[in-house]
Amino acid sequence: MHWTSLNSFLSMGGYGFYVWASFGITFLSLAIEFLLVFNSVRNKEITHES
Amino acid sequence: MNLYKFSSPKVFYPLAGSIFKYTLLPSIFFLVVGLYISFFLAPTDFQQGEAYRIIFIHVPAAWMSMIIYMAMAFWNIVGFSLKSKLSFMMSRALAPTGAIFTFIALITGAFWGRPMWGAWWVWDARLTSELILLFLYIGYIALVMSFDDSKRGERVGAIYSIVSVINVPIIYFSVIWWNTLHQGASVSFNKAPSMAAMIVEGMLVMMLAFWTYSIAVVMLRIRRIIVEYQEEMLLMNHTTEG
Repeated sequence: MHWTSLNSFLSMGGYGFYVWASFGITFLSLAIEFLLVFNSVRNKEITHES
Repeated sequence: MNLYKFSSPKVFYPLAGSIFKYTLLPSIFFLVVGLYISFFLAPTDFQQGEAYRIIFIHVPAAWMSMIIYMAMAFWNIVGFSLKSKLSFMMSRALAPTGAIFTFIALITGAFWGRPMWGAWWVWDARLTSELILLFLYIGYIALVMSFDDSKRGERVGAIYSIVSVINVPIIYFSVIWWNTLHQGASVSFNKAPSMAAMIVEGMLVMMLAFWTYSIAVVMLRIRRIIVEYQEEMLLMNHTTEG
């Protein structure tokens, strides 16, 4: 493990902004996609049961 | 066992539900392991420092963006050869996820290019052909949606996807065919990878995470498409009867 502290982990050797923005945007996009599809399927299924 | 019976949307509907259940948890598991390798096991790059860690999402996302476009063309060819409605639905269900991975590949590339090349974007062969892929995905989705009759829409979209899949090999070989700022293939089939084994393993685990995630979300989406199709059929029957 090469991180000496939480700060050194967050700063990513000075590239923190680029690294965290990349990972953040990736998982945010996937989470939004998943929730949108999940909700639309659930709404469809609810309207069909009633 | 007769596998052809699964090509009926009605029969496939519950199967899609089970596939969703069995791929969602593995995707979260691979994601956690992948992130652990990305940030704790993979060594610091001697040239790029910690910035190179973007590779763990950038490369697998770019692979997915190309694989999904090829999968769409594959299902569309199957659809025309076997006249199976479900194959065309599969292509439709894949498209938004492919578009999202293309977007991720482009945006993480920009966040990597900025500190390494000094530019968010350059109009070189690899980047431009990947951007064209994003437009192709959006074009396919818009084209299919522009038809009221889903059957016609997905067939027209299918021809479009089979023709435009030619862009995928162009993306893949762009770094060989043209002079480009983008580095060559990180992992290739015919030579040993030029990077630490741990980095390759991290990318492979992340790719498994993206694969299983894609299967899960596509199975969910195809269930919605099947329900919409049945609604459409119901509506058509009503209008012809009344």
